[in-house]
Amino acid sequence: MRSILTLITQRLALGILLLLAASVLIFVGTSILPGDVAQAILGQSATPEALDNLRRELGLEEPAISRYFSWLGGMLQGDLGTALTNGRDIAESLGGRLKNTMFLAFWAAVISVPLAIFLGLLAVRYKDRWPDKLISAVTLTTISIPEFMIGYVLIYWISIQWGMFPSVAIINDGMSLGEKLNAIAIPVMVLTLVVLAHMMRMTRAAILNVMQSAYIETAELKGMGMLKIIRKHALPNAIAPIINVVMLNLAYLVVGVVVVEVVFAYPGMGQYLVDHVSKRDVPVVQACGLIFAAVYIGLNLVADIVSILANPRLRHPK
Amino acid sequence: MNEQLKEMSAKVARGLMTRREFVGRAAALGVTAAVANSMLAGTARAQEPKKGGDLKLGSIGGESTNSLDPALAASQVPYANLYHFAETLVEVAPDGSIENRLAESYEASADAKTWMFKIRKGVEFHNGKELTPEDVMRTMERHSNEDSQSGALGILRDFESMKVEGDTFSLTLKTANADLPALLADYHLMIQPDGGFDNPASGVGTGPFIVESDEPGVRHLFRRNPNYWDPARGHVDSSEVLVLNDATARTAALQAGQVHIANRVDPKVAALLGRSPNITIRNASGPGHYVFIMHVDSAPFDNNELRLALKYAIDRTDMVDKILRGYGSIGNDSPINASYPLFTEMEQRNYDPEKAREHYAKSGHDGSPIILQVSDVAFPGAVDAAQLFQQTAQAAGIPLELKREPGDGYWSEVWNKQPFCASYWGGRATQDQMWSTAYLSTADWNDTRWKREDFDRMLIEARGELDNDKRKAIYAAMGQMVRDEGGLICPMFNDFVNGVSTQVQGWIDDPTGDMMSGTYSGKVWLDT
Repeated sequence: MRSILTLITQRLALGILLLLAASVLIFVGTSILPGDVAQAILGQSATPEALDNLRRELGLEEPAISRYFSWLGGMLQGDLGTALTNGRDIAESLGGRLKNTMFLAFWAAVISVPLAIFLGLLAVRYKDRWPDKLISAVTLTTISIPEFMIGYVLIYWISIQWGMFPSVAIINDGMSLGEKLNAIAIPVMVLTLVVLAHMMRMTRAAILNVMQSAYIETAELKGMGMLKIIRKHALPNAIAPIINVVMLNLAYLVVGVVVVEVVFAYPGMGQYLVDHVSKRDVPVVQACGLIFAAVYIGLNLVADIVSILANPRLRHPK
Repeated sequence: MNEQLKEMSAKVARGLMTRREFVGRAAALGVTAAVANSMLAGTARAQEPKKGGDLKLGSIGGESTNSLDPALAASQVPYANLYHFAETLVEVAPDGSIENRLAESYEASADAKTWMFKIRKGVEFHNGKELTPEDVMRTMERHSNEDSQSGALGILRDFESMKVEGDTFSLTLKTANADLPALLADYHLMIQPDGGFDNPASGVGTGPFIVESDEPGVRHLFRRNPNYWDPARGHVDSSEVLVLNDATARTAALQAGQVHIANRVDPKVAALLGRSPNITIRNASGPGHYVFIMHVDSAPFDNNELRLALKYAIDRTDMVDKILRGYGSIGNDSPINASYPLFTEMEQRNYDPEKAREHYAKSGHDGSPIILQVSDVAFPGAVDAAQLFQQTAQAAGIPLELKREPGDGYWSEVWNKQPFCASYWGGRATQDQMWSTAYLSTADWNDTRWKREDFDRMLIEARGELDNDKRKAIYAAMGQMVRDEGGLICPMFNDFVNGVSTQVQGWIDDPTGDMMSGTYSGKVWLDT
């Protein structure tokens, strides 16, 4: 037990270091982009006077390093600062967007993860027969098509032709849960189709790998049913790689869905981040970048811990 | 025949046919234009605006960085928002005339230097405060003072002094300007309580709608202002602006009936979209134009023969067909077209490889490739247009080399910096404003480096000239100068193309600005 605690502490410390490194990278990255925030805010209609006035007001004349550290200091006190572009509190506007992103990712995960694992088990049970081939063919097709394309196709049929669900997934706090779910129905379908194949194939491969083991043969010889063998013996032993892939896909659902957000005008974090990158709004970009990095690192941490707990050999290292 | 005419006038009323089409087809049926027009007037009278309903616009140009501060508005969504909750002193009406809004009337001194605006009484801001001439003066102060970040700062630099007397706001200019009211119709100059000094982004104005929900980059919801002063505007109960930056998402939302209006319809799909029974495509020819601009002071473009060679080497008609799909009109290397008041037609310059070859030979250019910098963000289809230009120039023996630039940073690093690049202009309300913004020697955005003393003198002279015939003649001469010697290659003027549901009534194809010059929400009504 003690070693697990040490391990988790180590991982967390490493994670924080990684986050700091990420913040530096993002800061340097945004600094070397052409044009500055004042120019980006005022666009083509900027006059030199207006530019100078805005630059002075935004404190862009200070050196980059002092700007970085004053921001980091604020961050550590839980103050994300205000957006340079519209003067809004970052924590507040980011909070709403993060909630929306989590909402969409949650429902996509609730549908796709069990479905992927179920389909993976089914594919193992009927290995090399038509259900296996059909499942693989369909999921590999949907992962190969760009997600905006799947989005457009589903919009065309489900929204325009059949009028079942809306094509615009704009949600707000005034909507009931039912209305929100109705609004995100098509984006959830798209995301499910996009992440299904990866998880399904990994489940299938991991379990097939275990199925070669001697103890599976023993179980078979003692007359156990195929599905029961998979459920009781193969799945628990294959859980580590499956969890890893599931976590990777969950991370994708949180940080990688900007294209889907644009197609459905979903008010998530991706679009929020892109808007601020194009305006060189460094504080917001950094805050978003850190949250995204934290999600990745956090989910990978969870994957590690689950793998350790699922495997007695890792639980008691020599 | 009568039945046919009735059906046609019903179509006009539903917006399925334009007035011009109607008169044309009526003439084909043997009805004179005068009779046809009076029939239409009858239909229009039968069209009483209906109250109620929730209007929804799917709009391009919204970002989570947007603010309700009128000074910072620079794209379509903030622009649409402003006309919901606030108003300017005057507006430019669809026919180019000046329409009084918060100013009840105005007059100018004989030398066009001092302008007096009588401010409307009994108008209330959304916070309950009554509009005063001081609010107007403070607004102008905020946009013109030294700390201003306003997009309107450029046009206000000419203010000398302002004062309030009773119910009149008057301002004095350094140089005479006969177009001042049109300048004050600029969308940044929305009148705010105390000029917006205390809270510029409060969203409090005198407009026909009150801000209900403001979620930048997502949606903006407004409800009707029950205390609005003008009964002719504000028919729908609520108006919502949904940010749909993706062109396909906008058209899909319109087709699925989730929005009533989708702006900036891609010309490629406009004709297809217009075939749906519930959607009409409304296009208005405006002052916006797509350009290739040369710095007349940098080699090799400091040679007018080379400039002329390039101007003759571009196929304008082909570009209107291929890039705008017919939703636009050909340019004539001047930024001014028929959408401006006091416009004079010039001889049309056409694609002429022979003449281009001749001028190119005369220029003595050494034959090295001429580099044209272009990016997708310069205007929709800019890269394709540049490739067409390259081919037609090739046919005239002019070697054009395209250099594709990233969209990010294009406006800060390429436009107005590099000697030859693609760009666009949204146009301005008046000729004076357009010329002053981009062709005056001292203009910040003189993106062709057109610096000519004689031209500047003519511009100043026209500005103070209250006799319209004389002004028109000066503007014509200026246009001719830029066309024949300037650095502007203007292949096309783009239309404003919007997809509008047939439920929307009262829509006007307004050439002075997109989305009925921003005022669509107050003017249209829903017929469900």
